[in-house]
Amino acid sequence: MKRQLLSGPYLIWMGLFTVIPLVIVLYYAFTDSLTGSFTLKNIASLGTYLPIFLRSVWLSLLSALICLVVGYPVAWTIAQAKPSHQRFFYLLVMLPMCISFLLRTLAWVSLLEDTGIINRLLGSVGIGPLKLMRNNGAVILGMVYNYLPYMIMPLYTVIMKIDPRLIEAAQDLGCDSAQVFRKVTLPLSLPGIVSGLTMVFVPAVSTFYISQKLGGTGSTLIGDVIESQFKAAYNPNLGAALSLALMVLVLICVAVMNRFTGDDESVATL
Amino acid sequence: MSKELIRLADVSMAYDGEVVLNNINLYINDSEFLTLLGPSGCGKTTTLQIIGGFVKPTAGSVLFDGVRINDIPPHKRQVNTVFQRYALFPHLDVYDNIAFGLRIAKLGEDEIAKRVTEMLDVVGMRGFEERKVDNLSGGQQQRIAIARALVNRPKVLLLDEPLGALDLRLRKDMQVELKRIQQQMGITFIFVTHDQEEALTMSDTIVVMDKGEIQQIGTPEDIYNEPKNAFVADFIGESNILDGIMRADRVVEFFGRRFACVDEGFAKDEAVDVVIRPEDVDIVPADGGHLCGTVTSVTFKGVHYDIIVDFHGFKWLIQTTDYQPVGTQIGIRLNPEDIHIMKKSKYSGMFGDYSSYSAEYDEIGDAEMAEELEEEQE
Repeated sequence: MKRQLLSGPYLIWMGLFTVIPLVIVLYYAFTDSLTGSFTLKNIASLGTYLPIFLRSVWLSLLSALICLVVGYPVAWTIAQAKPSHQRFFYLLVMLPMCISFLLRTLAWVSLLEDTGIINRLLGSVGIGPLKLMRNNGAVILGMVYNYLPYMIMPLYTVIMKIDPRLIEAAQDLGCDSAQVFRKVTLPLSLPGIVSGLTMVFVPAVSTFYISQKLGGTGSTLIGDVIESQFKAAYNPNLGAALSLALMVLVLICVAVMNRFTGDDESVATL
Repeated sequence: MSKELIRLADVSMAYDGEVVLNNINLYINDSEFLTLLGPSGCGKTTTLQIIGGFVKPTAGSVLFDGVRINDIPPHKRQVNTVFQRYALFPHLDVYDNIAFGLRIAKLGEDEIAKRVTEMLDVVGMRGFEERKVDNLSGGQQQRIAIARALVNRPKVLLLDEPLGALDLRLRKDMQVELKRIQQQMGITFIFVTHDQEEALTMSDTIVVMDKGEIQQIGTPEDIYNEPKNAFVADFIGESNILDGIMRADRVVEFFGRRFACVDEGFAKDEAVDVVIRPEDVDIVPADGGHLCGTVTSVTFKGVHYDIIVDFHGFKWLIQTTDYQPVGTQIGIRLNPEDIHIMKKSKYSGMFGDYSSYSAEYDEIGDAEMAEELEEEQE
């Protein structure tokens, strides 16, 4: 009994700041902005935002996949290094996370803008100015840059846990190093891949700051729309409905991804 | 039958300057069951890894069928390994684990199915094809690991302490099972263990190792009856080891008394180690034997009693089926064939004295084993 009391503070916190706000979101999503009476109007109007939803999913999925392609070799290399070196490399990966997310995104702006550092350098050798931002590519760049550590962390943990004797066993049974990777290392790192994809996809799909700073008019994400409903359009009811839809979307995506591992290990990391 | 298959010539191995194998010379015949036996850290597993190709020796050659294979990677060797703790693939079921090597070799699925089924019969695991390996018991995982290696029809099977994690009963069954499989398949087994009884039960040839060096190579009977030095005598079974002097061929003196023995070829008056196995000593009434001593401790062992007898301040371990209470004066007789003479070695004086004997003596080996296993699990 006493042990259960220890989780009390957390339960109160959860209740106050997660459960009650969720209830409020639900309430707003199903009420009219002017009269406050029950309505399905907000939900019905979600269809208008389908293209933005799709773009958000598409850009964050692409970012998650790029993170995987970039992050896997990094995680693998760190896991193979000497234990003393591993800590240092791991620290390097984590280092950018010590700096504010907003500052890091702003730094990209000053790098990429028309009068930014890169364009001035290119200008001095007679190239440009190139249009490096205000497009989807820049949004993906921002997402990959900001969320890459979330991909490397679970991958590194999973690759570290693979028993080196399994690698030896595969070599013993005739695998060259490419076959060892394909037949043993990759399947065994699947839980890490799934939780990495999830940990990149979930924050990326709901972000608004990255697209506002680095994206153009054609790369508005669902996070931006939600933000504007609350801050500019003064329609918290529609904002709540959009948030609800986003939440459902994220849950569906996570459930689909977890089907691939067939165990609940990756759910636990969420 | 007795064609030479593998030879290690002057093989040495060092990790960061620390020598783990020192000038190993060893040949292994085709269809032989050879055991590398020694305490932990003696270099037996490293020797196995060198044959498997996982470790490259710092000096010397490894020959397979007369061809030097030092630089051939593990996946190109006609050798398969049964790993300590099995190393089965957790993401594959029993069938796919066994089929792994055959799929890499790009055999047809029909042929694979035939050979996997055949192997499941050999190890008595038919009907387990679809099972996840994590849901199998230790003994079952062991069988699958053996099947996974043997299905590739290797010329040589390497086994790295494969029975270490099994309980005693299962271990005994698997010893018989492994020997049966080896004879049925007619291939060479190289088996690593620190369990002397296991080695004596299964092997055609035993290689006793300590501190990175081979101490003795021989049949189980040779190793037990004619140990080369005090280390081997002590490691294989129990031994009383005393200082003696060879007075002539077949005459040895110890405790100030001359005994007839069967060993010859030593220099006159050469100092030697004398080995007397505890089960070889005959107990007679106090006044009727070669030596007379006092019983100082008795331990019941099931089949026999371990008794410690004090002779002139030197304590012997004697095994007898007749109970002798503490304090009894007893006499012993030694027949010439009960006395084994060894040349003095660097191990002389380190083993074979039971003055500090305690009932836990036998369990020390098991405790070490348990520690090793724990370390691995961490």
